[in-house]
Amino acid sequence: MSHPRAPRLALRGISKRYPGVLANDGIDLDVRPGEIHAVLGENGAGKSTLMKVIYGIVKPDAGTIRWEGAPVTIANPAQARKLGIGMVFQHFSLFDTLTVAENIRLAVDTIAARALPARIRDVSERYGLALDPDRHIHTMSVGERQRVEIVRCLLQEPRLLIMDEPTSVLTPQAVLRLFDTLRALAAEGRSILYISHKLDEIRALCHRATVLRAGRVTGECDPRVETSATLARMMIGSELPHPRHRDAAAGAPALVVDALDVRAGDPFGTTLRGISFSVRAGEIVGIAGVSGNGQKELLAALSGERTLGRKDAIVLCGTPAGRLGAAARRALGLAFVPEERLGRGAVPEMSLADNALLTTRGPALVARGFIRSKGVRAYATKTIADFRVKATGPDAAARSLSGGNLQKFIVGREIGQQPRVLIAAQPTWGVDVGASAQIRQALIDLRDRGVAVLVISEELDELMEICDRLAVIAEGRLSEAKSIHATSAEEIGMLMAGSHAARGEPSADAARA
Amino acid sequence: MRAFFEARPQPSRLAVWMAPVLATGATLVIGFIVFEAFDKNPLAAFYAFFIQPVATRYGVAELLLKATPLMLIATGLAIGYRANVWNIGAEGQLTLGAMAGGGLALLAGDDSWPAFVLLPAMFACGALAGMAWAAIPAWLRTRFNANEILTSLMLVYIATLLLSWLVHGPWRDPEGYNFPQSKLFSDNALLPNLLAETRLNVGLALALAIVALAWLFVRRHIVGFEMRVAGLAPAAANYAGISARRNVWLGMLAGGACAGLAGVGEAAGPIGQLLPSMSPGYGFAAIIVAFVGRLHPLGIVLASLLMSLLYLGGESAQMNLALPSAVTGLFQGTLLFFLLAADVFVNYRVRIARSAPRPAT
Amino acid sequence: MDTLTQLVLLSLAAGTPLVFAALGELVVEKSGVLNLGVEGMMLVGAVASFIVAARTQSPWLGVGAGALAAAMLAFVFAVIALTLRANQVATGLALSLFGVGLSAFVGRDFLSVVIEGITPIHIDRLTDIPVVGRLLFGHNPLVYASLVLFACVQWFLYGTRAGLVLRAVGEAPQSAHAIGYHVIAIRYAAVLFGGACAGLGGAFLAVAYTPSWVEGMTAGRGWIALAIVVFATWKPWRVLVGAYLFGSVTLAQFQAQAAGVAVASQLLAMLPYVATIVVLAIISRDATTIRLNAPASLGKAYHPE
Repeated sequence: MSHPRAPRLALRGISKRYPGVLANDGIDLDVRPGEIHAVLGENGAGKSTLMKVIYGIVKPDAGTIRWEGAPVTIANPAQARKLGIGMVFQHFSLFDTLTVAENIRLAVDTIAARALPARIRDVSERYGLALDPDRHIHTMSVGERQRVEIVRCLLQEPRLLIMDEPTSVLTPQAVLRLFDTLRALAAEGRSILYISHKLDEIRALCHRATVLRAGRVTGECDPRVETSATLARMMIGSELPHPRHRDAAAGAPALVVDALDVRAGDPFGTTLRGISFSVRAGEIVGIAGVSGNGQKELLAALSGERTLGRKDAIVLCGTPAGRLGAAARRALGLAFVPEERLGRGAVPEMSLADNALLTTRGPALVARGFIRSKGVRAYATKTIADFRVKATGPDAAARSLSGGNLQKFIVGREIGQQPRVLIAAQPTWGVDVGASAQIRQALIDLRDRGVAVLVISEELDELMEICDRLAVIAEGRLSEAKSIHATSAEEIGMLMAGSHAARGEPSADAARA
Repeated sequence: MRAFFEARPQPSRLAVWMAPVLATGATLVIGFIVFEAFDKNPLAAFYAFFIQPVATRYGVAELLLKATPLMLIATGLAIGYRANVWNIGAEGQLTLGAMAGGGLALLAGDDSWPAFVLLPAMFACGALAGMAWAAIPAWLRTRFNANEILTSLMLVYIATLLLSWLVHGPWRDPEGYNFPQSKLFSDNALLPNLLAETRLNVGLALALAIVALAWLFVRRHIVGFEMRVAGLAPAAANYAGISARRNVWLGMLAGGACAGLAGVGEAAGPIGQLLPSMSPGYGFAAIIVAFVGRLHPLGIVLASLLMSLLYLGGESAQMNLALPSAVTGLFQGTLLFFLLAADVFVNYRVRIARSAPRPAT
Repeated sequence: MDTLTQLVLLSLAAGTPLVFAALGELVVEKSGVLNLGVEGMMLVGAVASFIVAARTQSPWLGVGAGALAAAMLAFVFAVIALTLRANQVATGLALSLFGVGLSAFVGRDFLSVVIEGITPIHIDRLTDIPVVGRLLFGHNPLVYASLVLFACVQWFLYGTRAGLVLRAVGEAPQSAHAIGYHVIAIRYAAVLFGGACAGLGGAFLAVAYTPSWVEGMTAGRGWIALAIVVFATWKPWRVLVGAYLFGSVTLAQFQAQAAGVAVASQLLAMLPYVATIVVLAIISRDATTIRLNAPASLGKAYHPE
């Protein structure tokens, strides 16, 4: 028997473990009819896993789900849809060369093809999501594509709508329109689960918020009465991490970036605008930011995988390097640990020894163009030993290693080249706790040896722990890099969460109106 | 209960070398069936096809003679294939090589140049001509992004027509009774014999030397390594700063040079002149040799011997069994099919599950 | 006027094998599969159709046999490239080589056989209308069939739900799988269809155009068909244009000879191949158009997990 005010969706004790990490740990969650409920947390806090459990993509190890009072098992997305749960993914599953109507037709077979355009127009207009059914997806902006995803969901009459990071790729105006839509849906009695870490938006839009951290619920509140600061504290933990390093006695700038402007390579990308910063020898500079704010483009421009028109935009150890390719920049003393391990940082089918040779060239490894396999094996073996990589030996295929071990190997390979500048992107993403600690210590040791280190990461904890200076990248722009002592976790958290108030610009609070 | 493929964490080395063996075995089984279908005693046919051709000293020499261009071309092609550069036009590059080397031979006319000057010059011309013909698809791909499979293949037809025009027209032997053929090469333009009373010539030594050199390049030279990386993981190659254009050029030119050399080897070897057809499809058979040989020098040598045996077997079958010589092409294609099928076991193993697998996470 | 009519008729006929093969390959590629074995499938279709036509005295039975034989060969390709996940490029090449060998082997006894082929139609009164009569009513029946095929392919791809699903599979197989479509099964169907079409193209050559069987009689038309699909940027109507253009280029050599042009026949015969290269270069150059029109998953192996 369901109580009239009973939650539409009730999760109790949901747990899910993956190899090496406990993604969800005993999570309780209630969503009522007509409620916009935020799920708040940093990347890696367990939000996506929880949503996958609700949508039937993943089976929980423990816990129960009650839907409208009755216990249910959600075995797959089709069942979730039948129950009345719809999900709008962060990374859309649309077909670029087809039209809006065709995309919707593929997923919705309950409406006849001839009636579909009218129904699309009807639903889209009702909720302020104007769509032309005959437009091709690839001509549409990201905001418009999201509307297609939403309308596709709505045409199946969901009673619970899950929105995963919906505003991470929207303009401020599109955000306002989206909020109007969501409020209209909630007014009809539908429930909305809103996953995000944008504090201002959650405060403007949501009725309740559940805060996740490291797989657990660390707080539940009404975001309308909280401040961004209190929310940030719940999100990143009450103990602020103690940076355990001495003050940096940094030397000359080894990496200087000056007014870097880079156009986005693809429609989902971010254009970089006027990025300027420098990293001195013997210091670690961190760039924090939610993914999708230009990190990918910045890294490609820094590593040389994408060359620039202006050679002075990037200066490496005194040499203008903007026009140089990756190999030439390495010769100048640059080393780079990319965010993708298999397929970019390492060749999956090749052995660790061969992968050591991927970026390392030195007289011990390559002499007059010929490979010295003894030197290569020795280098690989040393890397494996120094970084305690769990592998059967230098002949193990890269793809046979666990994520953490492969990451240790890649980090070790890059550090072993004795670079003058090291760039590390998401160095501990998907890596177990032990390996993470090792990698962070390795970066600190490197800094102590006088190397300039740049770390680009979404994990604030780790950046607070190892960086000397910290900047935030948001929407293709970089904030000023402040010394770790001159800033606080709250301030960084707010900058990361997209709030412009800290920089004195009009904030998203306007969305409340 | 259902069977499905499960990815292996490590490519299976055993499967890499077992696949050609399995494929050969399966092809033999097909052979048995074919022989049966033609009312030939399978064992007798097997003997006539696979054993008889190499039962004599002369037969073994013929085996090596045919294997020579196959291993040479396959070696060049393999360099490109490793980097995902698909040179399919080796047959045309061979033709150009034969034309260039043969043209020089015809120019030399009578024994005016000593052989030790003329022959290397012919080979040099042939290699350059083969490279030039392969440079066209390379340029079209790097400059226009045009698919090198189709362009290199079109050039095969063009090369064949070019040769046909030459031997029907400007280069036709005036004393040749109007047959489409060039003058016979003079002795100084013919490859020295390697084994008395056989047709085996020093071309074999050249081919083996090239195989060794290529192995050295691929295994031990940093550029060979970089080309392998590009074929396996293009994003990693980009990360490492490896130039994709350079790989395309190198891959195509290596194949072109080797095919050109093979063309000269045929013209200055068993044929001794220019004819409208300088090769029974060596350029295409070499593609199969490259695959069956796992792009590895030892494998290529073994596979070229196998392929050569298939050629000889076809001829023998025609003479002794009244089977059409086209059976050779049939077996060659079958061999490649079975190899590709057997290859699945390198990266996957078969699993039989009692229930549906857990949904992907 | 009569020579012009004759030219048009011949061009259409010369382009018809390309229409069949290229339309079939277009459907295959729209589903995301690259099948380079068109040449081999055409030859197998040609030899099968000729043998059946000779044995049964019915050229139309031959046509059916040709389509069937080529589809069976395409099935082998599908098993190896789709189920066993072999490299599509290598498998397609293997298919072509195998088809060349198989057709030569099977057809060796039929080299000098003569059959009653399928001849152009003649409808009393209609065909006799000056100029227009022959242009509209004087083609080979298979030419009309190829045009019907074009209409069917166009309607299927853009007017039916199944065609929409096929296009989605070629665009983003993972997304299609997520929605619940069986990617591999759909690709199998496309590959078989492409095989049957290639077989029809070969059958047309052997049983209507010449009619005869000669080893390797397609002379590279299968490869040209592949180029035409690229030239057409994967649009059926452009396949027609490309096929007929190439058909007329093929004829050009004969026309030039007849006109007494003093160029060797072999050099003129190069024209279609040179034209293919030029066309490929021009079309491929525009990377944006290619990216927008080529099925995004073309040639890439699909792994359900």
